[in-house]
Amino acid sequence: MISKNRKFNRRSLLRGAIHGSAVVMGLPILESFLNNNGTAFADGAELPPCFGSWFFGLGLTPGRWEPEVIGPNYVLPEHIAALQPIRGKLNIFSGLQIFLDGKVNQNHISGAQGQMTGIVTKSAADYDESFDAIIDKQFGANVRFRTLEVACDGNSSSGWTARSKNGKTPCQISPLELYRRIYGGGFIDPNQAEFTADPEVMVRHSVLSAVTDQRHKLMDTVSSDDRSRLDEYFTSLRDVEQKLAFELERPAPLPACSIPSISDEEIGTMVAQVQNTHKQFATLLSHALACGQTRIFHVTLGNAFSTLRLPGEPSAYHALTHEEPINPALGYQPKCKILGEQCMGFFVELLEAMDSIQEGEGTLLDRSIVYAFTDHGEARLHSMKNLPVFTVGSAGGRLKTGLHVAAEGDAATRVGFTIQKALGVVSNRWGSDSNEVTTPFSEVLA
Amino acid sequence: MNFSFAQKIKLGLKASLVLVVGSLPFNLAAQTSVNEHQITFVRLTAQQYRNSIRDIFGESIEINGNAASIGVREAGLMAVGGRRLSLSASEVESYEVLALDIASQVLSPNRRNTLIACRPQDENAINNACAGEFISTVGLHLFRRPLSEDEIENYSAMARAATDSLGGFYVGLQAALVGMMVSPDFLFRIERSTPNPETPGTRRLDAWSRASRLSYFLWDTTPNPSLLAAAQSGDLMFEDGLNQQVEHMVASPRIEDGLRAFFSDMLAFDRFDTLDIDTTLYPKFTKNVEDEAREQTLRTISDHLINQEADYRDLFDSRKTFLTPALAALYGVPIPIRQEMGGRVPWVPYEYPENHIRVGLLGQATFLSLFSHPGASSPTLRGKAVREHLLCQTIPPPPGDVDFSLVRDTDNLEFRTVRDRLTEHRDNPTCAGCHMLMDPIGLALEVFDASGVYRTVENGAPIDTSGEWLGQEYDDVRELARMLKEDPTLTSCLVQRAYNYGTAREPTRAEVQWLNTTHSQLRSEGMRWQELMQRISRNPDFYTVPEAAPEEN
Repeated sequence: MISKNRKFNRRSLLRGAIHGSAVVMGLPILESFLNNNGTAFADGAELPPCFGSWFFGLGLTPGRWEPEVIGPNYVLPEHIAALQPIRGKLNIFSGLQIFLDGKVNQNHISGAQGQMTGIVTKSAADYDESFDAIIDKQFGANVRFRTLEVACDGNSSSGWTARSKNGKTPCQISPLELYRRIYGGGFIDPNQAEFTADPEVMVRHSVLSAVTDQRHKLMDTVSSDDRSRLDEYFTSLRDVEQKLAFELERPAPLPACSIPSISDEEIGTMVAQVQNTHKQFATLLSHALACGQTRIFHVTLGNAFSTLRLPGEPSAYHALTHEEPINPALGYQPKCKILGEQCMGFFVELLEAMDSIQEGEGTLLDRSIVYAFTDHGEARLHSMKNLPVFTVGSAGGRLKTGLHVAAEGDAATRVGFTIQKALGVVSNRWGSDSNEVTTPFSEVLA
Repeated sequence: MNFSFAQKIKLGLKASLVLVVGSLPFNLAAQTSVNEHQITFVRLTAQQYRNSIRDIFGESIEINGNAASIGVREAGLMAVGGRRLSLSASEVESYEVLALDIASQVLSPNRRNTLIACRPQDENAINNACAGEFISTVGLHLFRRPLSEDEIENYSAMARAATDSLGGFYVGLQAALVGMMVSPDFLFRIERSTPNPETPGTRRLDAWSRASRLSYFLWDTTPNPSLLAAAQSGDLMFEDGLNQQVEHMVASPRIEDGLRAFFSDMLAFDRFDTLDIDTTLYPKFTKNVEDEAREQTLRTISDHLINQEADYRDLFDSRKTFLTPALAALYGVPIPIRQEMGGRVPWVPYEYPENHIRVGLLGQATFLSLFSHPGASSPTLRGKAVREHLLCQTIPPPPGDVDFSLVRDTDNLEFRTVRDRLTEHRDNPTCAGCHMLMDPIGLALEVFDASGVYRTVENGAPIDTSGEWLGQEYDDVRELARMLKEDPTLTSCLVQRAYNYGTAREPTRAEVQWLNTTHSQLRSEGMRWQELMQRISRNPDFYTVPEAAPEEN
């Protein structure tokens, strides 16, 4: 690290320029205090909404997760009974599908890809901008981390988000590393009394600004495909620059912010290991949101071919969906059903972590939308129909909750489009081909 | 032996670096019109990043962590996928933190005098001449080309600003070094091309980009001073100069680094990152065994192809390998040494007895475990891996609406072995086409469980390893291996993969013709690694840049 035992001239750095480029500082949320009950800043501006996407592979047992009642007042079927603690903040979407439009079904990929990007591609290697990136643009850059992505199975490639068509965003796999990233060097407790900008951070910021200035020189000489990749690199560089700028400003106090502790990690694919990793990530992400470090996150329980495993069971979840016989008496695959229920249990742990953070009269979950999606309706058959989809939270009243929406074969992209609308994205359509949608689910828009 | 640039300086071998740097025309880039230049780029792999830092700054620099993600496999190779990749914010963030750490080590009081020839009179103030010398010297190696005067000035300005703010000359250099290390010129292999006067309508890499392509292809690292000098003089643009460099590089022991990187990619070693063989079911397959299995495969390939200069085909039925005590225990064979508690892993050459069932790469724990389920072997995964990774064939994804449940129903006494169950599965005509391609190969390997341990029965029933390969019947994996090595697809796949690995793209139609010819010649002369590397590296097409997307072959 650059030595700290140096004098620094903040004014010269802020004014100063590295080969003529001005240092531009991003601004924090607001230079103001919260109101008395913590639901908004003192000047009346409300705490901003957050968005999270949560992926669980291999769907749920068909016919056993869909509530009988459509609309409000539904009863949770036994298969998803784990969601009961947050039932009032939950929306369930059934009857949705992803259209392949004649393309090969990239098993365990096309369904999730369609829901996150609105596009089903011919090749699994192709992946376009996911809708959390659209929401990120809408939210703006007033956070330290534009997005945080985590995977609970030890596979950094398991995620479903992408900033452009240049490949998916890698996920962090270690809670400890995420802890260090958020709460290590550069973290400023928004509630601490003292604040002094770190001169080293100013230098680092200036260096990145100067490198960013190389953009035009290189962009002039690349082909269009490469231009997109180069553009993404410089956007990433700009993000890090803005992260450093964030660390140079005193953040607005956030009473709900506290620094969590985490226990030892053991990364693996056994149910207990995934649950522990997920729980640690849930804690870290919830606190990161409450501390204003980010507003967007992505959690994936595992990759498309879920490697989740039960103790003593030689086959992983994915293999079980194809190989476990349907029990004639029960009418379903018993182990697969158990694993699906385990996933719902994990989901609730994330939601409860968010709901436990009180922000005035509401909770962190209340000012968020968490979107849960999967790859197949019936994984055993690689079915793209009747995909189980959930949203939780109202984004501060922007979305109605407690509803079961029973679609009739609609494109599942309608849910993503509805969320975009709720979060203020101005667009008339989203998706492509048969997955293009122009109308949100108005019954859940507040 | 090859020394890092830092080592050369320490050992008084400064001449190569200084001569190169001292005679470089910094405005070389301006010799060709900017408008004629086009660039493409490929992201450095984590290993290439480490190797480059090691070779530029010395082995004593600690690189704490990997910043780049694994990437994506395309056309069978992560290297080809690298041309599709950019860097996410979290990766750039990690690279910046890594650069800060490396820069502080490089410019620490005990190292700076080794790396920087000049000294500032006042360590608390900027010395423009010395800063410029440092930036141009280090920049040459980081960017694999000389920096332009503008670039030197830009990075010097970073150093000046940081020195002014933080009050130290070397702190200023750290800032400039961090700037260079997070620049796309370092984190990507930027390939500059100009119109090819010899073949109108095509483009060719300039000399500096040739040096990079050659170096990362053959040695998996940044160009050394000799190669940079050949780029600077323009020798690399001519047959004699190019051949001279290629000959030297292929003869160097560092060719092993390139070979290891290539086979790690071709054989899908990225799967090790997520390998999760269940140690409760396979207690011998510990993390150490996993690491040693990977090393066994690379050591076997390296010794066979480089030290023995043997034919690639013989890797598939060779009885020679290297073992550690733990691997010997896994394989159930005796070796004469023991590992002391906490001591270094002892590797010994080992040759299986005549007619031993475990032969070649397919009998090693690496292949057997990488293509298994966590708790069970998989003839389908293993067969698919042979088809895709060794024969360059593509197996389409399985169709929807297929009931697989019989494949796993081990409770059914009529189907005790996986062969019985898969046979039933293949009776489904929708599945039969692909499974006929994959399963027979994998079934021959069923005598090895998911961890690579030998077995003869499954659920009490004897394992039948017989099958048919291109109309010829075999009884077990030994016979299959002999048939496989005679299949021209095996060697053509190697030639194609090696070429694509070097160019990080799929071949053009013209290149496919060259590959076919080269393959035929090498099949008759002997499929030897160094010869293959030489032929590819000397081929002028290897340095061309397609104007449009690669044609399908």
